[in-house]
Amino acid sequence: MTKYRSILLAFVLCLLGSILPVQASSHTHDEDKPIDVKEIIFDHIGDAYEWHVTTIGDKHVSIPLPVIVFSREKGFHAFLSNRLHHGEAHNGFHIATEGAHKGKVVETTSEGEVVRPLLDLSLTKIAAGIVINSLLLVAIILCVSRWYRRREASDEAPRGFVGMMEMLIMAIYDGIIKPSVGKDYERFAPYLLTAFFFIFLSNLMGLVPFFPGGANVTGNIAITLFLAVCTFLAINLFGTREYWREVLWPDVPLWMKCPVPLMPVIEIFGLITKPFALTIRLLANIMAGHSVILALVCIIFITHSMGALLGGSMTVVSVLFTIFMNFLELLVAFIQAYVFTMLSAVFIGLSRVEHHEK
Amino acid sequence: MELFTPDAGLLFWMLLSFGIVFFVLAKWGFPVITRMVDDRKRFIDQSLEAAREANAKLEGIKAESEALLTQAREEQRLILKDAANTRDRIIEEAREKARTEGALMLEEARQQIQHEKENAIRDIRRQTAEMAVEVAEKIMRTNLATERQQMDLVERLLDEVEKN
Repeated sequence: MTKYRSILLAFVLCLLGSILPVQASSHTHDEDKPIDVKEIIFDHIGDAYEWHVTTIGDKHVSIPLPVIVFSREKGFHAFLSNRLHHGEAHNGFHIATEGAHKGKVVETTSEGEVVRPLLDLSLTKIAAGIVINSLLLVAIILCVSRWYRRREASDEAPRGFVGMMEMLIMAIYDGIIKPSVGKDYERFAPYLLTAFFFIFLSNLMGLVPFFPGGANVTGNIAITLFLAVCTFLAINLFGTREYWREVLWPDVPLWMKCPVPLMPVIEIFGLITKPFALTIRLLANIMAGHSVILALVCIIFITHSMGALLGGSMTVVSVLFTIFMNFLELLVAFIQAYVFTMLSAVFIGLSRVEHHEK
Repeated sequence: MELFTPDAGLLFWMLLSFGIVFFVLAKWGFPVITRMVDDRKRFIDQSLEAAREANAKLEGIKAESEALLTQAREEQRLILKDAANTRDRIIEEAREKARTEGALMLEEARQQIQHEKENAIRDIRRQTAEMAVEVAEKIMRTNLATERQQMDLVERLLDEVEKN
């Protein structure tokens, strides 16, 4: 018991020792300005044109990312984002510091107007995160599948990493896809597995606080919306005739569908709410998790500006809560990927109903 | 509201990345793995089935060999019994034969002995007669000087012979 207590004490002391200098440096450099927690959080969960790694003293260390814009006036432009540091303009493009397009690349037209370019395909922080996660995912899965390609079915089962991946893949395949989709489940398995692993890996990478991770990929609506639209297409492009009949001419009394198509309208609305729910569920869960962790970390900086004693004691509380939240987020990372895949599989399964006599 | 407005650039990158990831993984990734695992499952099922069959077969073979063994043991017992019987019979027969043969030989020997005896008696008789004649001759030449003596002798001899 005393052994555990001393280990715990040492742990807390280490945490205090590691956090206090960081706090002190940030405190000195923002002496007069109060900490804007909201801005810190929204900076993190939002997008950026550069990948901020760390700040040493007054120096920001960040990785510049390519800005790719297509403007109606100036045509196609591609350059690195470090040209736009501190509101500098490059070829008439700069990052807006206020207004409707705050934080986005805007261009100054020949009439002096400030507008968004026609197309902004910049490889932003989240886009870079998507690319990194995709490359990682492809590398992992191809490594695993290479193991299988080199072996026979009669060889022994894999161990270690490949074994773990096999367990995960087969848990999704046998646990979700097979029972939920029903007949023809092999056809949908690659999409559902890709979606699951993309979401799961992105969630996990989002929890890593430094460079290759840290981008809030699955907490961004463009990504969740895209995945939900993919599921929507998978549901409706492969829906059976019976499914469409149930949508457009459901088994309800005639007056509910004939002069005024009440039920069909509700059913069609239902088609849209499914992917919408998928989009918002994943987005909100991941965004909330990131926000809570950041807010808990920010407690340290807020309370330290109120006094050393309060700050010191709250640091311990904050670190403990942050550790707890990180564990919770690990769970959420899996659960949300699982739920997204399971609901997609269930919806696909529902769209593949066969006509059944009563 | 910026958080809830999908960004066109991100949609583009997502389409590109996820499209490529999906294509690559659907072609070379997941199907390879799931097919292999299914194959392995099938292989294990087959192996289990084969093992079960082999077990059943082994069980059959064991029972069969057991039956064969008991049968062989029974046969062995019968053969041994038979052999013992035969042996007893042969010994009995041999004994019987020896007995009859012995009796026969004994009989023959007895007859021969009888015969020999008769021969010997005859021989002795003849020799005795001859010797008697010789003795008589010698006696006659010496002692039978008188008629009376001669007659006495003859009488006595004949008596003796008669007694014999």
